[in-house]
Amino acid sequence: MAGKPTLHYFNGRGRMECIRWLLAAAGVEFEEKFIEKPEDLDKLKNDGSLMFQQVPMVEIDGMKLVQTRAILNYIATKYNLYGKDMKERALIDMYSEGVADLGEMIMHFPLCPPAEKDAKLTLIREKTTNRYLPAFENVLKSHGQDYLVGNKLSRADIHLVELLYYVEELDPSLLANFPLLKALKARVSSLLAVKKFLQPGSQRKPPMDEKIIKVKKVFRF
Amino acid sequence: MAGKPKLHYFDARGRMEAIRWLLAAAGAEFEEKLIESSEDLDKLRYDGSLVFQQVPMVEIDGMKLVQTRAILNYIATKYDLYGKDMKERALIDMYTEGVADLGEMIMLLPLCPPDQKNTKLTLIRERATNCYLPAFENVLKSHRQDYLVGNKLSKADIHLVELLYYVEELDPSLLANFPLLKGLKTRVSNLPAVKKFLQPGSQRKLPGGEKSLERARKIFKF
Repeated sequence: MAGKPTLHYFNGRGRMECIRWLLAAAGVEFEEKFIEKPEDLDKLKNDGSLMFQQVPMVEIDGMKLVQTRAILNYIATKYNLYGKDMKERALIDMYSEGVADLGEMIMHFPLCPPAEKDAKLTLIREKTTNRYLPAFENVLKSHGQDYLVGNKLSRADIHLVELLYYVEELDPSLLANFPLLKALKARVSSLLAVKKFLQPGSQRKPPMDEKIIKVKKVFRF
Repeated sequence: MAGKPKLHYFDARGRMEAIRWLLAAAGAEFEEKLIESSEDLDKLRYDGSLVFQQVPMVEIDGMKLVQTRAILNYIATKYDLYGKDMKERALIDMYTEGVADLGEMIMLLPLCPPDQKNTKLTLIRERATNCYLPAFENVLKSHRQDYLVGNKLSKADIHLVELLYYVEELDPSLLANFPLLKGLKTRVSNLPAVKKFLQPGSQRKLPGGEKSLERARKIFKF
């Protein structure tokens, strides 16, 4: 299992960011090979590195893994962030998928046609406030523990805290009525590895800007 | 762990069908509580049975699980259809997600506005023929074994074969140049549990039609 994982993606958050967060939170150093022009992506396609002709792709432990969830599941298992048994895994999966559903809406929002933006934003706010944040707040309330599952840090906490940062970027007031979520965010953010990742100069990527949106359109991401 | 799993969904394939296939292929009997009106859905929501207010929901082993992948992963682990170690699981996940990507396109096609349908269909054909089917054919070609991963039936084979039935429903000619996929489809279809599930009268759901779509729109309000 020599060498650090190598992440192949463009220089932006997109579908790779949750993988960066998970590796970072696990204290794992990783390398990044950025796709900067169409030829870079073609090269990966042509040398058979991308099973479905898509990125993210992560080289890890001799494998060239594609598909975000396959990559996340492997990393979580490897670094013991996937619960202690199948029932804990089920809860972790359930919560992770909920995070992914809201995260997907937020991720696609900048790519939304201008005419639809207001409606989309309203929908995101509504789902955040009435569906997703209450669900997670209630999990924490139900057991009063520091982490979502099994009284131990898992990928579910990391994915959720990452999402809370994006919700906060959208509108900080959305977190107002969720004290346990705010506490989880603070707690996870103070873990050494996460704290390091949150500092400027880390491999964490900033929000999309116009330039990146154009690049994504070229690559049909 | 008493009692059979109970599936909560409406009477259609949708996001529950992959779960029905997996349970059936695992030889696990299950019950279905069909949602027939928006009141049925509201009831599930009000009694706190749905963590994110959505179905599919499966009651299994004392849990009320939502989120299709969470449910599938649990079932696969329980019935030993998830490989023997983490590297096999990674391959199974990678293949499963590829199946899900093409499957999602096919599932959403009926919801497509009429003026976009042809474009969508062309895209599906193109992706199936040039990306997804060759990818899986190549996996089988690379090791010449009977199943995708670890020379043993896994959830990846079951999800793929289910997808191949949908591709065939769309256009049988799409499978023409993929002999190993056709071989896998036949092989998995002949397993006793799958054979039983493929027969009329089983819990397998038929393609929806306009009426099914209308009913879904009423229940889920979209």
